Amino acid sequence: MITRKRLAAGVCGLLAAMTVALLPTPAVAADEPDAKSSPKVELTLDVSGSMRARDIDGQSRMAAAKQAFNEVLDAVPDDVQLGIRTLGANYRGEDRKVGCKDTRQLYPVGPLDRTEAKTAVATLTPTGWTPIGPALLGAADDLKGGNATRRIVLITDGEDTCAPLDPCQVARDIAARGIHLTVDTLGLLPDAKTRSQLSCIAEATGGTYTSVQHTKELRDRVHQLVDRAADPVVTPVATEGAQQCAKAPTLKPGLYSDREKFAEHRWYRVEVPAGQELRASVSIAADRAVNNDYGVLLRASTVHGREIVRGSEAGDGRTDVISSGLRYPKTPLEDADGDGKPTAETVCLQVSNSFSAPASVKTDPGLPVELAIDLVDGPDDASDAASFGLGHGWWLLGALVLTGLLAGLVWGWISRWRVTVWRTN
Amino acid sequence: MRTVRTLMTAVLAGAGLFAMTGTALADTDTPSPSASADAAGPTEAGTSFRTATAIKPDQPATAGASTGDYLYWVLPVDAGQRATVKAKVTLPESARHGAATWQLDVYDGLRRRQACMYGAQTKAAAKDAGSVELSCTLRTVRSWAEPWANDPLPGSYYIRLTVVDLPQEDLGLPVRAEVRASTADTGGAHAVDGALAAPLVPGASTATPQADASTPPGKTAAAHEPDGGWSSGRWSDRWLWTAAGGILAALAGIAGYQLTRGSGRPSRVPPGA
Repeated sequence: MITRKRLAAGVCGLLAAMTVALLPTPAVAADEPDAKSSPKVELTLDVSGSMRARDIDGQSRMAAAKQAFNEVLDAVPDDVQLGIRTLGANYRGEDRKVGCKDTRQLYPVGPLDRTEAKTAVATLTPTGWTPIGPALLGAADDLKGGNATRRIVLITDGEDTCAPLDPCQVARDIAARGIHLTVDTLGLLPDAKTRSQLSCIAEATGGTYTSVQHTKELRDRVHQLVDRAADPVVTPVATEGAQQCAKAPTLKPGLYSDREKFAEHRWYRVEVPAGQELRASVSIAADRAVNNDYGVLLRASTVHGREIVRGSEAGDGRTDVISSGLRYPKTPLEDADGDGKPTAETVCLQVSNSFSAPASVKTDPGLPVELAIDLVDGPDDASDAASFGLGHGWWLLGALVLTGLLAGLVWGWISRWRVTVWRTN
Repeated sequence: MRTVRTLMTAVLAGAGLFAMTGTALADTDTPSPSASADAAGPTEAGTSFRTATAIKPDQPATAGASTGDYLYWVLPVDAGQRATVKAKVTLPESARHGAATWQLDVYDGLRRRQACMYGAQTKAAAKDAGSVELSCTLRTVRSWAEPWANDPLPGSYYIRLTVVDLPQEDLGLPVRAEVRASTADTGGAHAVDGALAAPLVPGASTATPQADASTPPGKTAAAHEPDGGWSSGRWSDRWLWTAAGGILAALAGIAGYQLTRGSGRPSRVPPGA
């Protein structure tokens, strides 16, 4: 199905991007239990003609990339499945249509045979166009299957030459499939257009952008990114919040991902048993150019719409996410009706954002939302400001000593008086 | 009788001393920050809340990164502790195009941003500056707070370090970051009543359906606790203060009683009475 989409991408890019976006969440399919899936990484290397330029430590960009690849391939962690894809490696001609489809998998994603992979890399010579968008789509395809984290490391020296398929939009659409895919970009040429395009791709998927000027930097960074992929991490489960609480999905404790458009809010439901505490945190990522001021509101309310507690946060300037959280301890019922069934309250969680964007920015797919739900035992509520109502400090000691002294004096006088009374009688 | 009185003053003084040492004792009783010092800290940083690198108090953590990356670390802070996070960013050597503003943010286990009481949380680095240093001291962590409050509670604390404003040309240049967090015990003065059943650590409920087979144990971004585990929130040196106060009051009571008796038996009391 996705192969068909790729074809379409070559012919009419924009339409393809839109259909991918409209695809009914293949995330659900990707989340099929595949217990022992190892993280997957695809190194995506630009082999376009411009890689011939000799401006990295006196050697050509291609040579620097090859050298870095060789060293990285030697040090790939064992549990990482690594693949290599090239873009612009084969077609020498001038036909844009053909040149912009020129991306192929050089080494399939899987357990790594180092010699084989190195041999494959050694054969590369700088050749053609720079079809970043199709390459990203291809790489996302290569990384299909399993439920582990996926990472694309894109190394390129120039901006995409295959408009109108905007690689940044492609990256966002891929990320919106909910397949835990991150694109890290490395730019070998720090010009403004490349930089903005590559940082846009990185931002769209929660990845990083690096500007490379030396071979060592390139090697260290690729190495770092591959290592990072090997770090195990909890992957969120895709869910889709509703417009009203009544229709909202009921969430169990766990980590969830969703998408939320600008100025949209979404509802989720959580069953909170009596005596338990609900903890919810939400992060909304700014995965595209947004206006300078923004905020997030997480609100817990009853099914009847009464607000219980809220968490909100606002911010301004450059950011990756804006987050907030709340906790709601459901008090244990005093008058348990004796049938031993713990009563649960349905709490409606509303996630809303106040992001906005310039008119030129596409609003579809929505901003990535990460929602963490936890249910733990309820707290021991405080009955006093101080711990157990205990005292502290010299004033306390002084007061107690004074009280003691006075009590002693009074007691002494009383007993003297009693003795006197007794004696007179 | 004189001997009794001197004895009493001695006892009183002793009780006072006990109270003093008591507070000192309480201070050393809670997990001390220096005990967890670990020379070799992590050399990588996470890039999101989920991938934050776990660090311990007084453990220096370093990371190589690109300008513009969002670097995350996570640190356990227990009740009664006041955490101070210090970060140093070594800026790229290559010629930069202008000043850059760096920022250190701290979030609690519920991803709520936590205020810094003092410390330069945001700082602009001049175009030719070699490094920039940031710092943030959090409020004292309380063992309990109302659900509607934003007070810091025991649990994970996320540190986020990033550049918030820079010339676009400088994006992606390599930087080195160094983060070090320390915690100081504030003693019973900040001990509040009540306690959470579980610290604010994400994924605290083990019944997470997703975190079963596919998730390797112990490596969820924040499955991390302080050395010696989380404190119960039941102990504070308030117990010692109150107990010492009780003893002193009792002694003062005896002293007061003695004062009214004068020395020895009343002279007019007939023998055998």
